[in-house]
Amino acid sequence: MEDYFMLIISAIFVNNILLIKFLGNCPFIGVSSSMDSAKGMAAACIFVNVLASSMCWVFQKFVLEPLSIEYIQTLAFILIIAGLVQLVEIILQKVAPPLYRALGIYLPLITTNCMIFGVAVLNIRQDYTFMQAFVYSIATAVGFSMALILLAGIRERFIVGKIPKLMDGFPIGLITAGMMGLSFYGLVGIGK
Amino acid sequence: MASIVKEFTKGLWEEVPPFRFVLGLCSVLAVTTSMSSAIGLGGGVIFVTVMSNVLVSALRKVIPDKVRIAVFIVIIATAVIIVELTMQAYFYGLYEVLGIWIPLIVVNCLVLGRAEAFARKQSVILSLADGLGMGIGFTLSLAVVASIREIIGAGTWFGIQVMPAIYPGFTYLLKPPGAFVCLGIMLGLMNVVSARLDAKKKAAA
Repeated sequence: MEDYFMLIISAIFVNNILLIKFLGNCPFIGVSSSMDSAKGMAAACIFVNVLASSMCWVFQKFVLEPLSIEYIQTLAFILIIAGLVQLVEIILQKVAPPLYRALGIYLPLITTNCMIFGVAVLNIRQDYTFMQAFVYSIATAVGFSMALILLAGIRERFIVGKIPKLMDGFPIGLITAGMMGLSFYGLVGIGK
Repeated sequence: MASIVKEFTKGLWEEVPPFRFVLGLCSVLAVTTSMSSAIGLGGGVIFVTVMSNVLVSALRKVIPDKVRIAVFIVIIATAVIIVELTMQAYFYGLYEVLGIWIPLIVVNCLVLGRAEAFARKQSVILSLADGLGMGIGFTLSLAVVASIREIIGAGTWFGIQVMPAIYPGFTYLLKPPGAFVCLGIMLGLMNVVSARLDAKKKAAA
């Protein structure tokens, strides 16, 4: 039990997937300019991340490894993720239209979110059991959402701030992310 | 001929990734701690953009429009697997350092972006020039960021000491938060330079 606790703390705070491991930065910088879209993206990401990494883990252990064709892992995982995102989109559209309206436009973006693919590969490379992989994928997605929402909160304040015109937009977003990363970086050394 | 040169050179300044389009940021932040890893990943990206652009363009009349993204992804993933296996076989040290970032080329938005925006409409030769230009532009950007971070951060370049031995190293730049700040400042500087150039062009015209 303690192991899982450390895994969660480490994935959310110490090795934050966005700020320390640099996975999923495109939506991080792109979507974080408004709070609403940040929330939508965060929710969609948690949902897809957990589903995708579990499915990839199962596929790796029960299909790729018995057939010893691990070298097509990249191809297999990206197809699973792309297919899954499409499937989730269709199902949500039919079953839960309000949820689809909230998350719909973020779903296609997720296919090229490197966090989803990265976590699926990391689960395999770090030799996690299914339970560990499951917990790790939830924790990384929560860490992602937290960083995304925090940054969106800060960036909304930029509207009233005086920012040099040439630094507006992406440059200042990146520098803010760096400052946030610094505070997360202070936690390095806790856990493993 | 002129158009081939144009497609090639636009990747080097006018539309240089990742500065002009903020695409494929993650790998830029992650591998630029040293020159050798930046050039290693850049080489992989050049191969993947060229191969995917050429194949997509060659098959552009055969690929049904509705499933084109899936087909592009299969082509790109195949190119990435080739890079991965080659690096594992011949450059094992580099393979270890880059780790997860080699398979992650597959989700680098730059590659899919070029296939979707350019290669599926243009001829093979033009797509080749575009892929090569974008790949080299991406590698050069990586090299610039990596040079700054490695020289100022550690005082070395390609692992060779360039600063005087007494230089203590500004390790902040090598740490994850430093990457964000360094890239942010570079994007800002790039805006300043292009604003100056535009003003000059206007004054001349």
